[in-house]
Amino acid sequence: MSSLTLELSADRLAVRRRRRWRNAGWVLLFLAPSALPLLVFKLAPMVASAWVSLHRWNMIGSMSWAGLDNYRDLLTSANTWQVFGHTLLYVVGYLPLVYGGGLLIAVALNQKLKARGFLRASYFVPVVTSWVAVALVWQWLLNPSRGLVNHLLGLLHLPQPGWWTDPAWAIPSVILASAWKDLGFVMVILLAGLQAIPQEIQEAATVDGAPRWRRFWNITFPLLTPATFFVIVISLINGFQVFDQVYTMTGGGPSGASQVVVGRIYDLTFRYGQAGAASALSWLLFIVILLVTMVQNLGQRKWVNHA
Amino acid sequence: MPESVVIRPASQKPVAPKVGSQKLGRALLWLALVLGAALMMFPFLWTVITSITPQGNLSGGPSLIVRDPTLDAYRELFDAIPLWRIILNSFGVAIVSIGLQMVTGSMAAYAFSRLAFKGKGIVFGCYLATLMIPLQVLVAPLFMMMTRLGLNDTYFALLAPNIASAFGVFLLKQAVDAVPRELDEAARIDGAGHLRIWARVVMPLVKPSLAALTVFAFMESWNSFLWPLVVIRSPELMTLPLGLSYLQGQFTTAWNVVMAGSVVSILPIVVVYLFAQRHIIAGMAHTGLK
Repeated sequence: MSSLTLELSADRLAVRRRRRWRNAGWVLLFLAPSALPLLVFKLAPMVASAWVSLHRWNMIGSMSWAGLDNYRDLLTSANTWQVFGHTLLYVVGYLPLVYGGGLLIAVALNQKLKARGFLRASYFVPVVTSWVAVALVWQWLLNPSRGLVNHLLGLLHLPQPGWWTDPAWAIPSVILASAWKDLGFVMVILLAGLQAIPQEIQEAATVDGAPRWRRFWNITFPLLTPATFFVIVISLINGFQVFDQVYTMTGGGPSGASQVVVGRIYDLTFRYGQAGAASALSWLLFIVILLVTMVQNLGQRKWVNHA
Repeated sequence: MPESVVIRPASQKPVAPKVGSQKLGRALLWLALVLGAALMMFPFLWTVITSITPQGNLSGGPSLIVRDPTLDAYRELFDAIPLWRIILNSFGVAIVSIGLQMVTGSMAAYAFSRLAFKGKGIVFGCYLATLMIPLQVLVAPLFMMMTRLGLNDTYFALLAPNIASAFGVFLLKQAVDAVPRELDEAARIDGAGHLRIWARVVMPLVKPSLAALTVFAFMESWNSFLWPLVVIRSPELMTLPLGLSYLQGQFTTAWNVVMAGSVVSILPIVVVYLFAQRHIIAGMAHTGLK
């Protein structure tokens, strides 16, 4: 059987070499439907935005060359550092919450339990829901005077924060809602990772009589590092791009206390008509994300287990 | 493996009491998970409850029991925005973009998996690179491009960024790679060309991944906010997130109307998810997380 396959594939290679020009036609036919839209709607705008970032442009009149002025202005503006600071605060609060919670639930729901399918679905439902809808619900849950959370805190005689109406609590409010919404996504990825771990390894450890938490820490967790890595990369990329929940929950307020980078890009473009500055800020954000992702890629060799 | 479990005569006695405590631990764990699930679902329950609460009772503080439930909020909702049209828009854009992503994605996946050509690695790398570009970087230049082409405020503009998805190509390539090549050969001997092999042999065999892609593409399209916010002005071209955001601005105190809008936007995606649930985890496992 295998020798037949080999002969067949050798034969096919020979045919392919003779018909290379015909093959090129097929490649074009199969790739063009995806390559063209990606080129026009992803790569071209990206190159264009780099060009725009070197100009002053209000999107209506003509562009005037600005060199690196937009970048210099941004880097010397306190506002830029502020929005990056808010974004960083969001990421730092959000990641441990969503990963820790997701891991706990994934491990728990990987066991044979009653109504497991239903439970998994419940945790995933917020993931598939629109941010606008989720933000509305949370805005109401966390409403300082009429919300349920403060109502419950009041019953327990605990302090009732002003949540998204209080500058100090605006970003924590967004973090809370975001972690709640994305928990199910992290759970699904980690579940997929857990299910890829061979049962025999777990069983062998059980037979050795290792306690539960040691089994998890020494065997399960190391084998879960590729999935963990994936979660961290995706969460950080998405975290630095946080926008929908801020726009719908706090609108960047109160008085800019929760304004994030993408919110600022949106305002610069569509409120102040400064397309050049907005493009430059987009690129600064992209560079930050790229650096963060690259550092993780370098760092992963130290801790990610490639079996 | 089971044999090694059987050969443990000495340790059987001390294990016995442990089983009881383990059972208790399990029950507690289950209870905690159910509570957690309730916590996840609770906001939705509350959304529904609020949406059927009469306007006058809203200020009375949160309560789980509705006095005089009413559908007034839904009526008001349909009066405030062209809701049927908005729902239809959301569905239309989602379905068309799913269809396009399936076709464009599976064709590219076939090419990357089955056709030999120079620079394949580089081309595939370029596909993956588009995954790393944040949408926010693209929004301004895309908007300007659409303005130049006079395509702003059209369905095409809404759809444009979702015609092809590099994520879809990646997901489907992993699946096509797993289809045995012997099947292509058999079809080839029967006289089938690439197009026929793609359509008749490969496509049917990657159905689970196509299902996973459907869910992801539906989610993305259904919940997409920033791009429609930028590119759509007319109410009759709005999608649901835009409609909701508009409601939020209009009905600052009539929460029941806003919540009715949320219910309408959440329901369809939950239904889609429940139908395709098992494919999601399988599809995730396919993307190379192993």
